[in-house]
Amino acid sequence: MAAGRNFTLRIITPERIFYEGVAEMVEFNTTEGEIGVLPGHIPMTVILMPGVLTIHEAEEEKWAALHAGFAEILPDQVTILAEIVEWPQEINRTRAEAAKQRAQERLARREPGLDTARAEVALRKAIARIQVLR
Amino acid sequence: MASMRDIKRRRGSIQSTQQITKAMKLVSTVKLQRARESAEKTKNYFDCMYDTVNSILARVGQLEHPYLTARTSERKAVVVITSNRGLAGGYNSNAVKLVTRKEDWKKEDVEIYAIGSKGRDALARYGYEIKEDLSFIAEEPVYADAMALCDRLLQSYRKGEIGEIYLAYTFFRNTVVHEPTLLKLLPVEQMAPETGREAQAPMNFEISDEEALELIIPKYVASLIYGALVESVASENGARMQAMDNATSNAEEMIDDLTLLYNRARQSSITQELTEIIAGAEAIS
Repeated sequence: MAAGRNFTLRIITPERIFYEGVAEMVEFNTTEGEIGVLPGHIPMTVILMPGVLTIHEAEEEKWAALHAGFAEILPDQVTILAEIVEWPQEINRTRAEAAKQRAQERLARREPGLDTARAEVALRKAIARIQVLR
Repeated sequence: MASMRDIKRRRGSIQSTQQITKAMKLVSTVKLQRARESAEKTKNYFDCMYDTVNSILARVGQLEHPYLTARTSERKAVVVITSNRGLAGGYNSNAVKLVTRKEDWKKEDVEIYAIGSKGRDALARYGYEIKEDLSFIAEEPVYADAMALCDRLLQSYRKGEIGEIYLAYTFFRNTVVHEPTLLKLLPVEQMAPETGREAQAPMNFEISDEEALELIIPKYVASLIYGALVESVASENGARMQAMDNATSNAEEMIDDLTLLYNRARQSSITQELTEIIAGAEAIS
């Protein structure tokens, strides 16, 4: 398939259009691990996990914390339906660090009746937020 | 005929009511604009979501999955979206009627998740069980609220406590047309495979179809709830705008009538006074 050097990237949240532009590569975290999408990818739908979203534009790179949603990948277009996504300037560092600590403590204590999956997701979100701020 | 003072007082009170309705109309016009904008933004997200879910369902066909097949439980959860404030014409009562007019639903089998205190109060009066009261999220819908509600609904759905989930809200077609709508959220009804879109390249998944459904359906339901919230806010303000517009022009009409009456009364009292004076003068001379 003849693919161009870039593709259209759209990141939509229920409340706004978060990003719309032309990118050369986009990286994010899925249920199956981190992936990087280049132009000309086969059509695929992936479910997102909390992680860092990196948008490679021709001139610069952009980061954001992407927490939940799914992505529809087509050869010349990527649409990310994000439930929660934040630019670095929208993140509160102290809150993210407090959340990380809380989640770690909860996981370390291993109390009966602990919702492990939920605590893990909370931890991942906090880590993603802190990574984006680095 | 009523006395001049009575008419004057009545006209004054209608005038001040008209001022209130006029102000409310202006306020809801502004709010409507804002609500319509956010409804349009949500539409984007929702359309993409709908297409994706549709294409998955079209591919997997008849699949044995708890989200797709009917459950045994007779209980139904209904999310009813109304407003926290009245004076919006038939907006609130139309949404409530969606539930009360449903004849094959037994009252005992229905649990209400009320968003909006008007609907909550009306349904409680009819004798429905109010399972949760989420009126505080009706004014300014936030996606996180929809997600949290969706989580709780899906949990009791999976446990088998409820067999069906419905959503009663007001669909915002345009500024003047708002349609009360009852939507079945779960089990997801198999949509007729659309022709046209299927011509595209088939979609691949990193994970199996079942897993994909497991993960996407909750997001789909949450986005439906959020979309309904946003549309309802727009409809509410649209309905209020119309109601207040009608009230204002009715007040205008009443004021006109009363002004006429007042002038007539004034005229006749002047005439009467004159007659009395003349009669008095004639008696003296």
